[in-house]
Amino acid sequence: METVTLTIKNQPGLFLEADSITPDAFAGKKAEEIVDLPVYVGRDEHRLGDFFEVSGRAGATPAETKIVVNGDLSRVKYIGMKMTGGEVVANGNADMYVGAWMQGGKITVNGNVDAFAGTGMKGGEILINGNAGNYLGAAYRGDWRGMAGGKIIVKGNAGSDLGTFMNGGEIIVGGDVDVHVATHAEGGKIVIKGNAKRRLGGQMVEGEIYVFGDIELMMPGFAYRKDVDIEVDGTKGLFALYEGDLGERHRKRKGQMIYGKLYQRIRA
Amino acid sequence: MAEFLIKNGFVFDPILGIKGDVADIAIKDGKIVETSAVTKPKIIDAAGKTVMAGGVDIHAHVAGPKVNIGRNFRPEDKLFNCTPGHGIERMQGGFSVPTTIRTGYNYARMGYTTVMEAAMPPLYARHTHEEMRDTPILDQGAYPVFGNNWFVLEYLKNHEIENTAAYIAWLLRATKGYAVKVVNPGGTEAWAWGLNCDNVHDPVPYFDITPAQIIKGLIEANEYLGLPHSMHMHANNLGNPGNYTTTLDSFKLSEGIKPNSKFGRDQVMHHTHVQFHSYGGDSWANVESKAKEIMGYVNSHDNITIDMGQVTLDETTTMTADGPFEHHLTELNHLKWANADVELETGSGVVPYIYSPNIKVCAIQWCIGLELALLAKDPMRVFMTTDHPNAGPFIRYPRIMKWLMSQEAREQQIDAFKYKDKVIDATNLAGIDRELDLYEIAQMTRAGPAKSLGLAHMYGGLAPGLEADVAVFDFNPNESYVPDDIENAFSNARHLFKAGVQIISDHEIVSNGNKRTLWVNARVNENPQVMRDVKEKFLRYYTVTLNNYEVSGHYLPNPYVIEVDATQ
Repeated sequence: METVTLTIKNQPGLFLEADSITPDAFAGKKAEEIVDLPVYVGRDEHRLGDFFEVSGRAGATPAETKIVVNGDLSRVKYIGMKMTGGEVVANGNADMYVGAWMQGGKITVNGNVDAFAGTGMKGGEILINGNAGNYLGAAYRGDWRGMAGGKIIVKGNAGSDLGTFMNGGEIIVGGDVDVHVATHAEGGKIVIKGNAKRRLGGQMVEGEIYVFGDIELMMPGFAYRKDVDIEVDGTKGLFALYEGDLGERHRKRKGQMIYGKLYQRIRA
Repeated sequence: MAEFLIKNGFVFDPILGIKGDVADIAIKDGKIVETSAVTKPKIIDAAGKTVMAGGVDIHAHVAGPKVNIGRNFRPEDKLFNCTPGHGIERMQGGFSVPTTIRTGYNYARMGYTTVMEAAMPPLYARHTHEEMRDTPILDQGAYPVFGNNWFVLEYLKNHEIENTAAYIAWLLRATKGYAVKVVNPGGTEAWAWGLNCDNVHDPVPYFDITPAQIIKGLIEANEYLGLPHSMHMHANNLGNPGNYTTTLDSFKLSEGIKPNSKFGRDQVMHHTHVQFHSYGGDSWANVESKAKEIMGYVNSHDNITIDMGQVTLDETTTMTADGPFEHHLTELNHLKWANADVELETGSGVVPYIYSPNIKVCAIQWCIGLELALLAKDPMRVFMTTDHPNAGPFIRYPRIMKWLMSQEAREQQIDAFKYKDKVIDATNLAGIDRELDLYEIAQMTRAGPAKSLGLAHMYGGLAPGLEADVAVFDFNPNESYVPDDIENAFSNARHLFKAGVQIISDHEIVSNGNKRTLWVNARVNENPQVMRDVKEKFLRYYTVTLNNYEVSGHYLPNPYVIEVDATQ
């Protein structure tokens, strides 16, 4: 695997839209070609090289390309957008839409990410070693096709509207989350190892939510079913199983109604 | 104004009766003229290319409140497809519900120059006109909806044709409307009561009138006035298995009524998006094509014209004044739903929809639309539409041309269906080998709709005296081609003229044209009863006053008024 290293040298006056920072855009290119890739500030087009020092070279294919981005990326959007393979490591805080519509490969962020990371994600893995913002693994505004596959791991906390319209894949949050989890979800698995607030599983049709800590307020559309002994992401424990959202439509499998499932840990 | 001479193109024109012969078309002062009438024309070399009149779309939802609801509640329709402005083109966005700017440009790129907005809620006529005003290039008109209007229901309950006609004339003038549109007659009013009208004899709650009375009465009132277009119909029971009997029942209500119009049309009913109304079976499991039965009727009855409503197998946004149907649809596909009630007049709903080739019903719908056109004996009475955006976006018209003109293209699509064998069993399309030629396409997309609209004196042909709406396409019908060449050529006109102004030059949009809005001013005898009813209903029921209702002045910066004298 070949490595390209980007180091931010000029901070954009506004925000930098850099959906060209992907193994797919870099593959087959040398550093002197990569600096010419387009990035946008508002309506103005610039070169990637206007903002970043670029060194190294990309592999022949996305899967053989690793990108390391250094510096404060808190004004850089769309890192790893739509990538299909390879690896991106961001050593700093990143702005919105990290790994949005990602299909394959791996993104590691050694810092925090802002909102919409993993929007409409179909495959691959995003590892966030800091905190995530709102709308992690959610659907684009208006769309009903949220995260459909792949895995997102957040070591810290996540914001609100986690996994909105989630249809598949897995999100694991090591810390706490804000309101609205798995709203409208029709599949997928969300594990919250810290505490949750309110409105978990609103209008949820299918899918699973696991909460290790407290839930400030349960949705009225969820009903307690039973206690179950299960293992979640390597942690065994006794969980209370709730099903919902009872106000939504649900499909049947072998005559049994399939509900969204919300598990809350009772004891380890 | 500039003179142009479009030389040596292969001309397809039903008005002149030219079927692909090489001919020159001259333009002067915004009109088509004899070639001898131009003195120093700019020469447009059309050798090896196809020349046709500008296209005329008789039915599309391109402006007004429900189109805008579609735009507002589908930001994802603009995801990854916005283009910045360049040259004289402004910023554009959207696929199934494009911006007004993109609407104008994309029609122009397909060689279309006249587009009718198919359903205008009278109360929101101002909004509709604002959007049409912002749609460049195209001449447009809008059809106010009448089929669930309280005035109409009350008058027609007692078969008061003269009062209905006076009200229509008043409303066309107040809203600057073009024609009488009927959507699910009685059914949308019933929807305000949580009900629907499933067939032409299913009474409307409270008003106690049947859809049959509404349909027949509005045809009679339309002919009483002698409007340019006939009554424009979207029947009850749209989109349901077995609904073809309702469609035939609706057709039959036109029998025995003669057209009374000085505008050259022969029909008294135009039935729109007939694909959605041609289903047999009694459930989605056994739904089948009844296009043969429908076209058997249409082919043998001269006083009807129809358009296809062709499914294009795209992700799109459905929107109609048929409120109960949209509720039915959201229950089927579980996608987001918007619903509106428009006071005394109508209602509407909006739901996104994906016509997938992997779903049997969608594939059957695709077949039915094409069957309607391919079974047509008279292409002057069967028009190409997608009921944009309901069955698909209008930008697919060139793809529909490809399917109609090439059995090979149809077979490719049928082979790609997941449930190919079941689809073939439920439809007739696989057994139809007809391939339309460009002359028949010109009838279905130009001369036919222009005549049905009562606008054959302006649009749809290349005869001297008509508006100089001319399109030149990179298509040589005498050389061998693959089906996709048809779609590519007719998606991207090489040149386009609108009223004598060159809009497209070498595939580039070079002018925003001089867009006009057509409306019909029907003069009737004074009718104090109707005027009193109007005043009273506004005082008692409407949320706006008459002063805030009428469309006037700056809403139509470039109006084109068609005068109709129905005084007697």
